[in-house]
Amino acid sequence: MTFLSYLIQGISLGSIYAIIALGYTMVYGIAKMLNFAHGDVIMVGGYMCFFATSGLRGNFPDGSVAQTVVPGLAGLLLAMAVCTLLGVTIERLAYKPLRQAPSLAVLITAIGVSYFLQNGAQVLWTSNPKVCTSVIGRGAITLGGLSISHVILLTVAMCVVIMVALTWFTGNTRMGKAMRACSEDKAAAQLMGINVDATISMTFAIGSALAAVAGVLFTSAYPTLMPTTGALPGIKAFTAAVFGGIGSIPGAMLGGILLGVIETFAKGYISTQVSDAIVFAVLIIILLVKPAGLLGKRIPEKV
Amino acid sequence: MKRMTKKNRANFLTYGGVILAYLLIRVYDGTVGLSSMIQGLLVPICAYVTMALALNLVVGVSGELSLGHAGFMSVGAFSGTAAAIALQNAIPLAPLRLAVAMAIGAAFAALAGFLIGIPVLRLNGDYLAIVTLAFGEIIKSVFNNLYVGLDAKGFHFSFLNDTVSSRLGAGGKLLIGGPMGISGIKIISSFTAGIILVLLTLVIIFNLVNSRAGRAIMAARDNRIAAESVGVNVTKYKMMAFVTSAALAGAAGGLYTMSLSTVVANKFDFNTSILILVFVVLGGMGNMWGSILSASFLTLLPELLRKFNLDQYRMLVYAIVLIIVMVVTNSPFLQQLVENVTGRFKKEAPAEAEEGGEGNG
Repeated sequence: MTFLSYLIQGISLGSIYAIIALGYTMVYGIAKMLNFAHGDVIMVGGYMCFFATSGLRGNFPDGSVAQTVVPGLAGLLLAMAVCTLLGVTIERLAYKPLRQAPSLAVLITAIGVSYFLQNGAQVLWTSNPKVCTSVIGRGAITLGGLSISHVILLTVAMCVVIMVALTWFTGNTRMGKAMRACSEDKAAAQLMGINVDATISMTFAIGSALAAVAGVLFTSAYPTLMPTTGALPGIKAFTAAVFGGIGSIPGAMLGGILLGVIETFAKGYISTQVSDAIVFAVLIIILLVKPAGLLGKRIPEKV
Repeated sequence: MKRMTKKNRANFLTYGGVILAYLLIRVYDGTVGLSSMIQGLLVPICAYVTMALALNLVVGVSGELSLGHAGFMSVGAFSGTAAAIALQNAIPLAPLRLAVAMAIGAAFAALAGFLIGIPVLRLNGDYLAIVTLAFGEIIKSVFNNLYVGLDAKGFHFSFLNDTVSSRLGAGGKLLIGGPMGISGIKIISSFTAGIILVLLTLVIIFNLVNSRAGRAIMAARDNRIAAESVGVNVTKYKMMAFVTSAALAGAAGGLYTMSLSTVVANKFDFNTSILILVFVVLGGMGNMWGSILSASFLTLLPELLRKFNLDQYRMLVYAIVLIIVMVVTNSPFLQQLVENVTGRFKKEAPAEAEEGGEGNG
């Protein structure tokens, strides 16, 4: 039974990683940059949700269903709106001028943006941890003696929905096709009449909206919220994206869930203190065996 | 031939600049007197400069992005500092003990660099970067759970749980205490030692870069396939750069921790690795003088902001400065402007192109 409950916890944590990793992977696929500030967008999403829920909660009778649902939804929408705007603004101000710059310069700029968001949050909202009330409530269902909380159910469901929607979006819509074209070859895409700048902005908007969803889910599962909250899940999700093969949407999903499951098992069966080390060790082994990640495409070098 | 002499002159200007900076700071300290805040920063600046130079060897010269260099710093810091404590009675002379401890730290870090280099250098690009990140995190976890004690019977080790303390005999002491790290360090690092380390690092890096091996490393960076096809053993030379860099980072780690009274593994986390990478990229990849300047300036900047009563905003300002510098230095318009200006200089006086010794102090 403990095995199953660890597995469920792992899948739930992994789903959050997967949602974050999807944002990483989409941005990487198109802009070919590691957006280090992605983790901090999650944190901003978490704060937005916190303010919306704690502000609205008092307007509803205690214990009613509306008290959880309405502020929760409002929090999610506010977080998504603010993060989308934030993501697009960051792209416009910090990354767009560096389109032609060497990739390391863009990486350092992304790190600068990450510092900026973390320290901005510290100035605005202080570094005192805020305790979030879950947007979903603390309820649970029991399934054959196994208790699964609503948070876990919603997280996993959300992850599946997002993954299906994204796959459909990139495969079937005009904008999705434009995104794939840009990730293949920007110059050729431009010649075909695709607005590359708009496509990249759109990608950042989607990635940041996903980060907001991840932020809301993350603070529902782990209620302590601080300006540095986003950093570690950000790094882990980045690892997950590489794990599954960066640039690949199913890869990000698979990588995220595997990473979550490995982490939970390592915590449960071996030791909490070294769980991160185990996760990273598994990553190293996978990359040595499959250097492009689990589902990544290996591009042969051209001479 | 002319190109070589030009390069040599630039290198000597770098040595001269460091020595001049040292003398100026010493004279200033002797006459006007430095504030205690700046004095406390001198050794960390030397350590960060060494770290930046070491990382520049990997990122700039060898062309591989390493996101886990704080890990090597950590290996050097822990092994070196533990050695210094263990040797306290054997070597009473502090500078000698510092040198021995830093050498031990460098040796352990070089060993770690070699072991990590074997898998890492098989990969390339972003995958190499993420694996170095992973190793950095693993090293941090290891030191967070490692207990090492020393008594008359020798060293005692344990992992995860502290069984060392109970096994220690009379007069034994716990050198590394897991998450508590090392405490009770005798402060034996000095600014002079730091400058000597920086100069030594420069000598090693310049000699490596200007040697046959260095040219092979740069050839492999510029075009791996072309280098391989003319018979360069790419993995061997990349490994050479990686291990040298790890050893230097280890020595810097030893220098750094022996200027503090306690040290914990979490000090050397991902953020530290990134901080050093920022020094390297901001200073210019492959440009050693740039690394020295940016590491010194960026270590001082947050503290200077603290002085201007901007305590709350100092890291925010730091972030904004970082973004603006990156955007401005990479803007095509400004690059064109700089090119026009330097191009004019080049026509008038071709020797002025590589000036390096100005602007220190």
